[in-house]
Amino acid sequence: MSFHPNDVVRRGRAASVIIAGVLFFLLTAFFRAQVIHSEQALLQSEENRLRQIPTPAPRGKIYDRNNKLIAENVVGYSVALLAQNEDTLRATLTRLRGTINLSGKQFEDAIKRFRRDRARPTTIVQDASFDVVSVLEEHRMEFPSLIIQTAPKRIYPSGVAVGSFVGYTGEINEGELANLAAAGYKPGQQIGRTGIEKQYESQLRGQEGIQFVEVDARNRIVRNGRAREDVTPAEGKPLYTNIDLDLQEYIHTLFGDTLAGAAVAIVPKTGEVLALYSSPSIDPNRFVGGVSSAYYDSLNHDPRLPLLNKAVQGQYAPGSTFKLATSVIALEDSLITFDTRMPQACNGFYYFGNRAWHCWKKEGHGSVNLTGAIAQSCDVYFYQLGQKIGLSRLVAGGISLGFDKKTGIDLPEEKRPIFPTSVPDYFNQKYGARGWTQGSHELNLSIGQGDNSQTVINVARFYSALATDGSEPVPMIARGAPQRTKRFLLDSVTVAQLRKAMMGVVSEGGTAAAAAIAGVKVAGKTGTAQTMRFSAGGKPLYYAWFAGMAPAEDPSVVVVVMVPNVTFEGSTSAGLATKIIQHYLHKQVTNTIANTG
Amino acid sequence: MSTVRRINVDLPLIAVGIALSLYGLAIVFSAGQTDVHTAADKAYRAQAVWIVVSIVAAFAVSRASVRLIEWITLPAYAFTIVLLLALLVGLGSGAGTASSTAGWLTIAGHRLGQPAEFAKLTVVLMLARVLAQNRVAPRSMIELWKPMLVAGGPLLLIMAQGDLGTSIVFVGIFFAMLFWAGVAWQLLLLLASPVISLVLGFDPRIWGAWFLILLALVLWYKPFLGEGLFVVAANVMMGIVGPLLWEHMKPYRQNRLKVFLDPSVDPRGSGYHVIQSQVAIGSGGWFGRGYLHGPQKRLAFLPEQYTDFIFAVVGEELGFIGVSIALALFLMLFLRVVRISERANDSFSSLVAFGLLASWFTHVLENVGMTLNLMPITGIPLPFFSYGGSFMLACWLAIGVLARVSSEGRGGKVGPLRV
Repeated sequence: MSFHPNDVVRRGRAASVIIAGVLFFLLTAFFRAQVIHSEQALLQSEENRLRQIPTPAPRGKIYDRNNKLIAENVVGYSVALLAQNEDTLRATLTRLRGTINLSGKQFEDAIKRFRRDRARPTTIVQDASFDVVSVLEEHRMEFPSLIIQTAPKRIYPSGVAVGSFVGYTGEINEGELANLAAAGYKPGQQIGRTGIEKQYESQLRGQEGIQFVEVDARNRIVRNGRAREDVTPAEGKPLYTNIDLDLQEYIHTLFGDTLAGAAVAIVPKTGEVLALYSSPSIDPNRFVGGVSSAYYDSLNHDPRLPLLNKAVQGQYAPGSTFKLATSVIALEDSLITFDTRMPQACNGFYYFGNRAWHCWKKEGHGSVNLTGAIAQSCDVYFYQLGQKIGLSRLVAGGISLGFDKKTGIDLPEEKRPIFPTSVPDYFNQKYGARGWTQGSHELNLSIGQGDNSQTVINVARFYSALATDGSEPVPMIARGAPQRTKRFLLDSVTVAQLRKAMMGVVSEGGTAAAAAIAGVKVAGKTGTAQTMRFSAGGKPLYYAWFAGMAPAEDPSVVVVVMVPNVTFEGSTSAGLATKIIQHYLHKQVTNTIANTG
Repeated sequence: MSTVRRINVDLPLIAVGIALSLYGLAIVFSAGQTDVHTAADKAYRAQAVWIVVSIVAAFAVSRASVRLIEWITLPAYAFTIVLLLALLVGLGSGAGTASSTAGWLTIAGHRLGQPAEFAKLTVVLMLARVLAQNRVAPRSMIELWKPMLVAGGPLLLIMAQGDLGTSIVFVGIFFAMLFWAGVAWQLLLLLASPVISLVLGFDPRIWGAWFLILLALVLWYKPFLGEGLFVVAANVMMGIVGPLLWEHMKPYRQNRLKVFLDPSVDPRGSGYHVIQSQVAIGSGGWFGRGYLHGPQKRLAFLPEQYTDFIFAVVGEELGFIGVSIALALFLMLFLRVVRISERANDSFSSLVAFGLLASWFTHVLENVGMTLNLMPITGIPLPFFSYGGSFMLACWLAIGVLARVSSEGRGGKVGPLRV
C-alpha cells in the first residue's frame, strides 16, 4: 500500500481530472442534445402529444335553376376512436359494445379503417343517432380516447324525385382511396358516388379542417383545443344546375309509384337539362352514410330495375323515333324531297326476301310522300327509303348523326348507345360472314329496329337538333356555357319542314292525337319498338317512345319519354310528354307575363 | 474534562448532499405532476420522509469512529452475503424497470429493502479493509485474489438475481479502489482485458486490433509469465465466447443491448424508453419547458420518470441550465470526496472514502449517460434524485461515513476530532 502523501496527491489529481473530464463529456452531450439538436426533439415532442382530429367539411350545396335546394347538409354526429394499436382498438371496441350497439360489420369496418391510416382517428359510427351520442357522452370517462364530433350529413330535400341525376355520397372505399390518394382523400371521408355528386366531386367536396387535441402516451385525450390554432373546415363550392326542380318533381308524380320508364326535358338551343327522371327512382337519402341491406335488396330485386338509370344507362330500340334520322340521311344525300313517293304504296305489307314486312297499320297508308310518311309513321315507306339509302350509308349516316356516341351529359353513368360501327365488318363479326343479309338490316334499321339501342338522353339530343337548325347541344345538368355542334347537313328551312311533318302527327288523325295542346303546337314523333317480350296475356310488349318539342315553330323545350314493356295500345308516352310540356310551358308563359310586368 | 467536544463538520459535503437531495425532491414532486394518474403522484411525500430519516441516520453514523466502522466491517459484510443469498432462495421480488429481477428482500409480502444497495456500502468497507492490509501496492494478479473475492462474491450473487446494472457498480468500485490503492494502471487494464475482449468479440477486426494492443501491453508491463499467458488465453477465450454468450442471453437483455446500439430498431418496445427520454431532454433546450410543465412527463410519454429516468425530467423542465446545475453539484460532491480521500488519516479511511465516491460516480455516469443513450439501459438509480428509500438511506449513510472520515482527517482549519 503506497500511501505516501505524494502518491496520494498524484492519484487524487488524476482522479479529479478523470471525474471532471467525464462529467464535462456528459455536459457536452447534453449541450448537443438540448441546444444544438433541440429543434428536432421539440418537433418530436409536439408530434407525440398533439393529434390532428380532422373536422369534416360540408359539401357544396346543389341548387336548381331557380336557386331551390336540391342537396344540402344537416348536422350529424360521428364517433371515432384514437387507438394506439390494433389490440387496444379491439379491446376498446369490445368494451364499447357493452354501452352501444355495434354490429359485426361496424366492428370489422373500424379495424379496416384503422389499418389504412393509423394516425387518423378511426371512425366507428359514421352517422350516430342522438341517442347513441347521449349514451356515449354519459360514459365519456370510461372511453377517454373517444371522439364525438359533429359531421355534416348530406340531405336531399326532394328525395326520390331527384335520385335519378343527383346520385348520392358514401364513405370512400379501398379502391377509391388507392386511386385518389394524390387528391388527398383519407379513410372515413365522404365522396360522391354517382350522379352529379360524383361528376362534380372536386367542386363539391370541401376542405377538411383540423382540430388539435393533446393526448397522453396511451392516446387518451387529455384536453381539447388550445394546443394549437385549429383549422376550420371549408365548405365545398355550390353547384348551380339547369334542373327545374318543380318540373322534376312534377314528372316524379306523373310516373307515380307504379309506372316504369324515363323522361328527359332539355332546352334544345342550349342543352340545359330541365329534368331527367328514371322510374322507379331511388331515394338518395337512404344511401348517404351507407345503404341498409334491406333497402338495397328491395331495389335490387325489383323487376322494374330501379338501380338502372333508364334515362342514361338503359339502351332501348328507338323504333319509329329513328325514322326522322332515316329522313335526315336521305335528305342530306338529296335522295328524296318532302314530296317524293316510294315505288310501292302501303297496303300494310312490304314483301322482301321471301317474307312480308308489316306496317304497324294493317290496313295500310296508301301512297304517301315523306311528309305523310313521317306524320303517319308509315313503315312501308321507310323500308323502301332504307333500301334506297343502302346499308353502308344508313350506318354511316347514323354514326355521323351521333347514334353511336355518348351525348357527353355530365353524368358519369351515361352509357354508349348500341349502333353498328361499320359495314360489313360489324355484321360479319356479330353474325358471321354468312349469317346476315344486307337487305333485312336495311329494312330494320330504317324503322329504328335491329342493331340499334339508344339511351333516352341520346334520342333527346337528336331531337334537339331537329328542334333547332340541325345543330345539337351537349346536354348539361350543371349551369355553364352551352356547347353546340352543327350536326345535320341541312339548312334550317329543311329542318323546319321536318318539324312541320312532325306536327302532322299530333293533329287529328295522327298517331299521337293525344299530344295536341291548346294554345301551343307540339311537334313530335312516337316510337313503338319491339322488346321481344310478351305480356301475361300473350300480347307483345313494346318500348313506347315519344320525342316531342314545343312550340313547334321555334321549340323552347324538347321532351323525350320512354316507357318500357307496354302493349301497343297501352302506350302512355305521348300523354306523359304532353303533360310535361304543358306543365313547363304554362310556367314559362306566366314567367314571361311576370317579366313584362 | 474541560475539553469542548467539537465535531469538525465537513460543511461543504453536507451542504452539497442537502442541495442534491432537495433538488432531487423537487424533481420527484414534479415527476408526480402528470395529466394522467401515475404511481408517482404521491411519491414526493415518502421521499421527503426518507430524506429526513436518512439525514438522521447519517448523523448517527457520523458519531461512530472510523475504527468502530472498521470493526463492524466483517460482520456487516457477512450479513450482506447472507441477505443476498436469501434473495436467491425465494425471498426476492422485482420492481420498476428492473421488474424482471429479484432485488427486493420480501418477507410475507412486505418489501423490506434492497440488499444490493447496502452491499455496495459493505463491499466498499470490506475492500478497504483488505486493501489497507497491503504495505505496498500489488504488482501481480495473484496478489489481488482477496479483493477479487471480496468484490466478486456479491457481484456474482447480484448477477444471479438478474441485476446487471448493479453489478456494473461493483466493477466500478473494484477498479477505482485498486487504483486508489496504488495498483498500476497497466495491471488494471490487463485485469479488465478479458471483459473488453468479451465486448469487442462481436467484430473480429476490432477484436484483432485490441488483441495486438494487449500483446504490446503484456510485453511492456512484463507480468509473471503465467499471468501473462493467462491474460492472453483469457482474451482469446472471450473473443470466442462473446458471440456464443450473446446467443444464450435472455431476450430482454439482448434487446437492451441492441437498442443501445440503435434505439430505432424497436421504437415501441425496448427503444421506447430511451427515445422518449432523448426527446424529453432535447425538447428542454436552454431553459427547459418550465418546472412542472414538461409535456413529455405530463402526458406520460416518459417512462419511469421518478425513478430511473428522473434526469430526463430535469432535462425537459429545467433545460441545459438545470442539467448543468445538477452536474455541477455532482462534480462538487465528487471533488470534495477526492479531497477527503486525500486527507484521510489512514489508508482504510482513505480507501472507504474513495470507494464510496466510485460507487456514486458509477451511478451518475451510467444513469445520466443512459438518458441520452450514451450507456445501455440498466435499472440503476441516480443518487439523491431517484425515488427510493433504500437508496436514499444508503447515499446518506455514505455521507455520514465520509463526514466522519473527513473530521478525523488531516487538513482543514480545525484539527481532527479528539475525544
